[in-house]
Amino acid sequence: MIAWLARLRHLDRRWIFLAVAVLVVVPLVVGFHIAPVRPSLRSRGFYDAIERLPEGSTVLLAGDYDPGTIAENYPMHLAAARHLMSRNMKIVAVELYPGGPPLADRVFRIAGGEYGKKEGIDYVNLGFKSGNEVVMSQMGSSIPRTFPTDRRGVPVVQLPAMKGIENFQQIALLVSVSAGYPGTKEWVQQVVSRYHVPMVAGVTAVSAPEYYPYLQAGQLQGLLGGMAGAAEYEVLVKHPGIATRSMDAQSLAHVFIAFLILLGNLAALPQRQAGKK
Amino acid sequence: MKREVPLLISMVAGIFVLIGFFVPHPAIKTTYDDIQQWVIIVVAFTYVLGVANVLRINWTQVSRKEADWPFKIALIGGMLATIAIGFSEGSHYLDDGSKFTWIYNTFYSSMSATMFSLLAFFIASAAFRAFRVRTMEAFLLAVAAFILMLGRVPIGNVIHPALPEVADWLMEIPQNAAKRGILMGAALGVMATGFRIILGIEKTYGADGGGS
Amino acid sequence: MILNNAPGAGPATLRPPILLLILASVFSLLPLSAFAFPVNALDTPNDGGRSITVRWTIPANPPKQWQVLRAEGSGSFAPVDTIAGTLDAFNDEGSRDQEGIRNGFSYRYQLVALPADPAVDSEVSQAAVPAASWFDTGKTNVFVAIFAFLALILYYIWRAQSGTTWSFRAIAGLAAIEEAIGRSTEMGKGVLYVPGVQDIDDIQTIASMIILGNVARMTAKYETPLMVPTNSPAVYTVADEVVKASYSDVGRGDAYRSDQVRYITSEQFAYVAAVNGMMLRERPAANLFLGAFFAESLLLAETGHETGAIQIAGTANVHQLPFFVVACDYTLIGEEYYAASAYLSKDPRLLGSLKASDTLKILLIAVIVLAAVSLTLGQSQLVDFFATQ
Repeated sequence: MIAWLARLRHLDRRWIFLAVAVLVVVPLVVGFHIAPVRPSLRSRGFYDAIERLPEGSTVLLAGDYDPGTIAENYPMHLAAARHLMSRNMKIVAVELYPGGPPLADRVFRIAGGEYGKKEGIDYVNLGFKSGNEVVMSQMGSSIPRTFPTDRRGVPVVQLPAMKGIENFQQIALLVSVSAGYPGTKEWVQQVVSRYHVPMVAGVTAVSAPEYYPYLQAGQLQGLLGGMAGAAEYEVLVKHPGIATRSMDAQSLAHVFIAFLILLGNLAALPQRQAGKK
Repeated sequence: MKREVPLLISMVAGIFVLIGFFVPHPAIKTTYDDIQQWVIIVVAFTYVLGVANVLRINWTQVSRKEADWPFKIALIGGMLATIAIGFSEGSHYLDDGSKFTWIYNTFYSSMSATMFSLLAFFIASAAFRAFRVRTMEAFLLAVAAFILMLGRVPIGNVIHPALPEVADWLMEIPQNAAKRGILMGAALGVMATGFRIILGIEKTYGADGGGS
Repeated sequence: MILNNAPGAGPATLRPPILLLILASVFSLLPLSAFAFPVNALDTPNDGGRSITVRWTIPANPPKQWQVLRAEGSGSFAPVDTIAGTLDAFNDEGSRDQEGIRNGFSYRYQLVALPADPAVDSEVSQAAVPAASWFDTGKTNVFVAIFAFLALILYYIWRAQSGTTWSFRAIAGLAAIEEAIGRSTEMGKGVLYVPGVQDIDDIQTIASMIILGNVARMTAKYETPLMVPTNSPAVYTVADEVVKASYSDVGRGDAYRSDQVRYITSEQFAYVAAVNGMMLRERPAANLFLGAFFAESLLLAETGHETGAIQIAGTANVHQLPFFVVACDYTLIGEEYYAASAYLSKDPRLLGSLKASDTLKILLIAVIVLAAVSLTLGQSQLVDFFATQ
């Protein structure tokens, strides 16, 4: 037994990679179901913040992520767009990552098609602009001056969706879907602190704990953390999608990693015992 | 002068931006907004510098036939082709069916997501290799890690309904308290670094380096 | 004059209609304000001017919507906006109005009910004159903290220049930097310095450039190859200058090579793939990950671990610290990272600024404890002073 544990210490990590791959792929392919998704208070806060808005309000939807975090951010972006469109909100979309606009386009194509919403009339995608916090700050002075055209090159003054939208005063809610920098923290610092716009955020799981202080301070009204948060939100908007389907794979992966920590410590036992001797 | 002028520019710009944070009067705000516009323009221009650097270094390695030089050809070719296609399609470069969108979906999107997904494998191997419980603190950390890993996914609710609640409590109370402490310390570090640069006592960061 | 010859009709029969007429005239002359609610208009505080805030208490039966009327000086009223009847405040920035609100001119406001119902309309407000503020009083707490800190820094710098010295706790990661470079030199291998994935305007990247200068001086002295892949063209420009200047500082300008610092790409994962490739091909003996990192931190650290390099990481991105702690030999956490330049250079003025940070931290701890106690006792003034919104 001790010898076997000692050999385990030198386990080729590719066996671990193979096990993770099997545990993740099999549930996705086979589609078996382990446990239902239960929305947390943070996800409910996100959902309720949108539910509370009067119909026809204008919402700024910031999709600050790129294909690197598509697994976590795309489902929550799509679910948010569906939720907003189902409640007939006007959407003004921006992306502060260069790789963001095509993902936002995909989101609006899908959600817009489902709810019969037209670009330019019900929503506008202003696209990407470099400058990070400077862009946010500029939008506080004037959104049309910061983004004179939408991502198609159409002047925003000609778009019905931008009618009456000058700056954050006309924005009822800021929905931030972000992968890191620039993202939720910068929106809180530049926009919420200065203009007191209500805000909710969907972020990657690894960075979600960073935003708990903002949630507790009331600067964020809701928070979605990673794919689990996206799955909870999909359940709340009654439109289960890829995040909900992926939860079983994620559950198995988490259990496996917990098992690996145990196994790793067991494998280190012989070395520790030899050291004591 | 070679050293003093950049330091003076840093000091004036730093003090002005600091004042601009507190003064909403248009006399200051207008210039503050203009400076922010300049930042956007300068950042956009540095991309030209970056492309030139990539071309120079990789072309030099290709011309000298250094190790892995065929991959440098692929890099340069891919970069130039993407730039050319993007420019040729103009404002329609993101439209459905455009060549740029095909490159984006086929190469960029897939490869970025693949790199990110490597994390799952690396976390597993790092957990096996490095997470050793040798002290009481490490033991407490391991217990918290177990609770959180299981409590944050649906299977945690099946194992025990209290698991997600305990996980939430751990994240909201002890984790938040510790994080706030680290963030405050880091914020003080940020302020100190900023003041050191504005006051010109941070010698290494400047045109001439200086240094002890 | 006899108005009617109905039997019994005389002056007494005229009284009711005449009385009604008199009453109607009196009521029509009475100002509507006798029944209307007041609105209060004042200059919006802490702004750049050209803005007036109008406030009122919502009446008992508010209409569906209010039409907001504005008059400049003694001019006539004109509509400026239509708002929901449930609101109790309106901010007029005149941005949709061609003429807009002008500083120094007086404006009066009135709310008119929609659908029209004169009985519900508001009074006319007093005149308000918008003006630009020279100081945002909402940021007084930040102002106090920043200038207290500046005063402390200046004080401790003066003490340092007067000869006072302080002792600081040892930070293992910083002491290990020179050891790591020495080890690389002995093994005949290079040092890989990764300055993070943020642009030059991020304070973590600036701090990384400062540390890079110290590291470059060491590698120049020991003649150790140095590789600095950057993920931003602006960072590449600054890093290149820092390395060149550092080599010149120690008299080894001839050893500097222009391909030591290179721009890879601004795309996060493409950058990681390239740096991982450099680690696997070049096999540096020391990897220094100092800057702002995100999801790529574990990818870099695990790959570096596989090559057997000694790894020192430092970042203020708290969410990446666990990955670095697990996979690296030393990790600088938060403010330890920002203290690096003072520790490495041992400049008395920089150490003085460290002392100022520590002093302010102690003051903040005292304030937090005091605020917690006072809030428990029902006094929220201290907490309110430090609230930012």
